[in-house]
Amino acid sequence: MSPQTNPAGTTSRWSEATQQRAREIIARYPQKRSAVMPLLYLAMSENGWLTEEGMAEVADWVGITPAQVQSVASFYTMYKRERTGTYLISCCTSISCMLLGGDDILHAVEDESGVPHGETDADGEISVEHAECIGACGGAPAVQVNYELIEGLTPEKARELVRWLRSDKPEVVNPDDMQDRFGGQRSFDWAIREEGGATGPYPAFGPFGTGRES
Amino acid sequence: MTYPLLITKRMTEHPSDSHTIERYERTGGYGAARKAMGMTRDQLVESVKESGLIGRGGAGFSAGMKWSFMAPNRPSYLVINGDESEPGTFKDRQLLERDPHQMLEGIIIAAVANEAHHAFIYIRGEYPKPARRVQQAVDAAYAKGYLGSGIFGTDYDLEVTVHLGGGAYICGEETALINSLEGLRGEPRLKPPYFPAAKGLYMQPTIVNNVETVSNLPHILDMGVDAYKALGHDADTGTFMFSVSGHVMKPGNYELPHGLTWRELIYDVAGGIRDGRELKMWIPGGASAPWFVPDDHLDLEITKDATGKALSMLGSGAVVVMDDSTCVIRAAERLVRFFAHESCGQCTPCREGTTWLEMILRRIESGQGRDIDVDLLLDVSDNISIGLGWPPKMTTICPLGPSAVSPIISISKYFKDEVMAHIHGGGCPL
Repeated sequence: MSPQTNPAGTTSRWSEATQQRAREIIARYPQKRSAVMPLLYLAMSENGWLTEEGMAEVADWVGITPAQVQSVASFYTMYKRERTGTYLISCCTSISCMLLGGDDILHAVEDESGVPHGETDADGEISVEHAECIGACGGAPAVQVNYELIEGLTPEKARELVRWLRSDKPEVVNPDDMQDRFGGQRSFDWAIREEGGATGPYPAFGPFGTGRES
Repeated sequence: MTYPLLITKRMTEHPSDSHTIERYERTGGYGAARKAMGMTRDQLVESVKESGLIGRGGAGFSAGMKWSFMAPNRPSYLVINGDESEPGTFKDRQLLERDPHQMLEGIIIAAVANEAHHAFIYIRGEYPKPARRVQQAVDAAYAKGYLGSGIFGTDYDLEVTVHLGGGAYICGEETALINSLEGLRGEPRLKPPYFPAAKGLYMQPTIVNNVETVSNLPHILDMGVDAYKALGHDADTGTFMFSVSGHVMKPGNYELPHGLTWRELIYDVAGGIRDGRELKMWIPGGASAPWFVPDDHLDLEITKDATGKALSMLGSGAVVVMDDSTCVIRAAERLVRFFAHESCGQCTPCREGTTWLEMILRRIESGQGRDIDVDLLLDVSDNISIGLGWPPKMTTICPLGPSAVSPIISISKYFKDEVMAHIHGGGCPL
């Protein structure tokens, strides 16, 4: 906690580094309210999920009420307002994945992890959800771990993925690494390998200060 | 048979570094943007109009016409729609990841044409990797002076901001996207008065263009309008990205001219149906499009016009192929569930109707269906889209609700026997 005050004049709940990041994010937009969505991801990366305090802090930074921030956050699927695991496994069960066994992948993940979709395990390690189309239809069935993609899974590979997350506890989840370990058919040639990746259940993106870049 | 590539050419020929500014410039990149700097707004709008470029986001509207609607008061904004979320569609993901500079050059051209000095690239939240690639490309373009203040040594300023969505399909609708970008709930706005070209982002004139649409712009300026048109097929100029998925041997993105038949696309290009099975039906243009069936449509030419006359659309180019093992109720339920989940909730017919459609389909699939359920599905659908015609009439602010009606129309038109077999046979006969 930093004693510094945020733009609302109250003591910020965020570290100085995070406050600096918030200032940079707001500077990307002509009007500061446009920074609500990236700031919500920043708040998630502070707490692991979107807490009441996180939303109140975002409200202070953009000059709106916490209720207004909640109204925005509750509209979007990716702002998790309940405790979410270190690893969020999103299994696509939309049409193209469903046709090629997406439901079997979801059931394998639920069974191996012991976590029904929409829930989180007792250790706060793994959350499971079924997702609507994640744009990996050519590599169906597909899942994402913290929004990093794995295409062309089988139920057995999906079980291996769960066991790997539990045993190796990777600090950063990297899409190329996971695709090598557990993936198969891809939508298209991914071509270039990337370092870095996601560090929690929110999208890893440099300017938002979420995740780790190479 | 191979076809000339345009927007996937670089990534096909240079797979290891097509995303870098070095490769982009070595293959002629940013020449068209320089050319655009010396052209007037009228010249640019006219070129794009004449090229026949149709927006690639799904609505199928002329890009040049859209530009010509821009109100003269300033400042204006350019917004790139990379919120690709239509089930079956994954083409923009490839363009963003594999050739981001091509899109950036298109952005410069579109910005200059519409006198915009700030462009936003709205990428869906589930695409962090494409967003990282695009941000790297933006940084590289800033470093070269192609973005920022005084681009290409002129006095033209252009800022570009990459924005991530929050997992809401509806934000692909341009006015919802604008609300989202303003930090509001992603609910579509009423048109009129909120036509983006007049009252868009921050109530200023705004152009919203799809990723694939702007990726075409450098090529139109480079090769000239006539050569670009010649690549296409009659009224459908240029190339078109098809995302083919489902029960085919070779799923993937295919850049093709229009004018092939569906038989050629499914059997020749995509390798035919898996596991020696038979084709049962396919969705020609994303989850919102009414289905096609082999008996009626396999030898139909793939053009915007022919698809529309057959009461469907090419939409976002997503072709979802389903074989004879597919239960039509299950397929329809999955599509309708998507729209029920993604309904923003503003309009009652969509919010309530999509949920009812999903529940009735579940009931039929589970063997609890009743004879009247077929009519009930159509009745609920009629409340969302009066008359059940094509193109759909709307009782809603945006087309999301009517999109959920497409699978219902499809099963009642082509697969009524299978629906009744579910109802009378105590569940799925497959």
